[in-house]
Amino acid sequence: MADAMEQLYQQVILDHARARQGEGELAEYGGESFQLNPTCGDQVTLRVQLDEDRETIQALGWTGQGCSISQASLSVMYELVIEQKVTRAAELGEHFRELMAARGQELDPARLEALDDASAFTGVARYPARIKCALLGWMALRDALAQAQVGA
Amino acid sequence: MLNPDTLKADFPLLGRTVRGGKPLVYLDSGATAQKPQPVIDAELAFYAQSNAAVHRGAHQLAEEATEAYELARAAVANFVGAAEDEIVWTKNATEALNLVAHGFLNASLAASAKTTGGGPASTVVSDAAQQRYRLQAGDEIVVSEAEHHANLVPWQQLAAKTGATLRWIGLTDEGRLDPETYSVIGPRTRILAITHASNVTGAITDVAELVRRARDVGAYVVLDACQTAAHMPVDLHALDVDFAAFSAHKMVGPTGVGALFGKRELLEDLPPFLTGGSMVEVVTMESTSFMPPPQRFEAGTQMVAQVVGFRAAVEYLSALGMDQVAAHEAEMAQLMIDGIADVPGVRLLGPQDSADRLAVVAFEVESVHPHDVGQVLDSLGVAVRVGHHCAQPIHRRLGVHASARASAGVYTTAADVEAFIAGLHEVRRFFGFAESAAPAARGGV
Repeated sequence: MADAMEQLYQQVILDHARARQGEGELAEYGGESFQLNPTCGDQVTLRVQLDEDRETIQALGWTGQGCSISQASLSVMYELVIEQKVTRAAELGEHFRELMAARGQELDPARLEALDDASAFTGVARYPARIKCALLGWMALRDALAQAQVGA
Repeated sequence: MLNPDTLKADFPLLGRTVRGGKPLVYLDSGATAQKPQPVIDAELAFYAQSNAAVHRGAHQLAEEATEAYELARAAVANFVGAAEDEIVWTKNATEALNLVAHGFLNASLAASAKTTGGGPASTVVSDAAQQRYRLQAGDEIVVSEAEHHANLVPWQQLAAKTGATLRWIGLTDEGRLDPETYSVIGPRTRILAITHASNVTGAITDVAELVRRARDVGAYVVLDACQTAAHMPVDLHALDVDFAAFSAHKMVGPTGVGALFGKRELLEDLPPFLTGGSMVEVVTMESTSFMPPPQRFEAGTQMVAQVVGFRAAVEYLSALGMDQVAAHEAEMAQLMIDGIADVPGVRLLGPQDSADRLAVVAFEVESVHPHDVGQVLDSLGVAVRVGHHCAQPIHRRLGVHASARASAGVYTTAADVEAFIAGLHEVRRFFGFAESAAPAARGGV
């Protein structure tokens, strides 16, 4: 049991679940998304603020509740995309979705490296019921970014 | 006396291992029960020997299939203290509850079509049905805050479509129906739809008192008996409810079949829900007359093999004796309650004692999300449910978003409960809450 659980709950996941990055309400924002996992009730409200050119993520804040996987995934995602180009965030989101679809197989080294701490979620993809937990934040980000880019 | 250790051998699935060779400890019978060999055999035998469409065809197989189908109805009716013609097959309890709600809706639509100059609906719903089941603004439907979504959402929908008002019985801090709020049942109440036992806390409802109050105001009582039918003796005539719903798969029977109980005279007047083949008398291009119940509510080809399996399930439970089943599960409930009390940082949601409750325990582990609790238990072979168990309002009332839930069945042993409690200690250890001198492996989450 210990091995399987330790592969799933990597130390980096437990650390992020405890000390969550980017958690908090953003007062000024250009896009907002609420996402819910209806099977377990986990939820997140995520807000983003882009720069004037709408190319770079200037600020990001999220509030929500959920399991350690969903909370850690949001925290890791924050660190990956803050102050990054929107296009880069979208690319990382695609890599992460690919990782979740890989059923526990590792991605090619370049992509894994790009995902940095998020590569610790490789083991999550072995548990189909938990993939949605890990994706909750990334779905909110994609939605909020889309709004921020078209918003007034 | 019921011996779960020997009885376990009747359930082939319980012999398997999970997650790399761990013996399965199945504590999710509240979601669905495992099936004993006689139930599996009954379905198999039906397909191998008697499969045919029922209530049509003059060949021998059709006769055998029809007989098996109707004998099952008699067996299930007998099991819940009902008459044979008071049991309608549905695909599950959710459909049974929707069937009643849509009966009210169809009567209400027909009645309002008539008052506004007549419409096609008024030609297919009898005057008696319209009189009995019509709902309109000012009428009230009463549920409780403890309902499974299946016994809440259909009534919410019915209220919204008819202009009736939905009201509810509140809960005590322990999660039991609060008698101080029974007064929501009043002169305007037309329907009281209530669970026989909470699928979250296991608390058993005082049905007699609620029926008495409903009778005083002339309201119909709809009972969700899903959680009780497999775990204690249920006598629907003695309870004097008007309608009741239950599901085979929670009663060691097959998926795909449930049942609606309705008092005969009430089913007589209830308009059909699903329409089509098998439930009609005369069909012209303009109109249709419907068969009497229960066929009126069994449109289309039925789940005959599952109905046959359902019979085998109630016969299996009857042979054990429902008093014995209830006594055994009360013991398991006590073991689970006591065991949880001994694990630091684990809080039992709902009643803290074993009186008037089923062997269903929802709990939270301090600082560990239910999903994570369930994951670690699963890695030890212990299967519990996590989430809101299709009952969000009661979770909100108990001040949590979700919970983990262990629920026992006839085959649950004291060793199963011990494995579960040991698993809770491991959950605590894994997420960094040391209980002994052993150093914590990890930081808390």
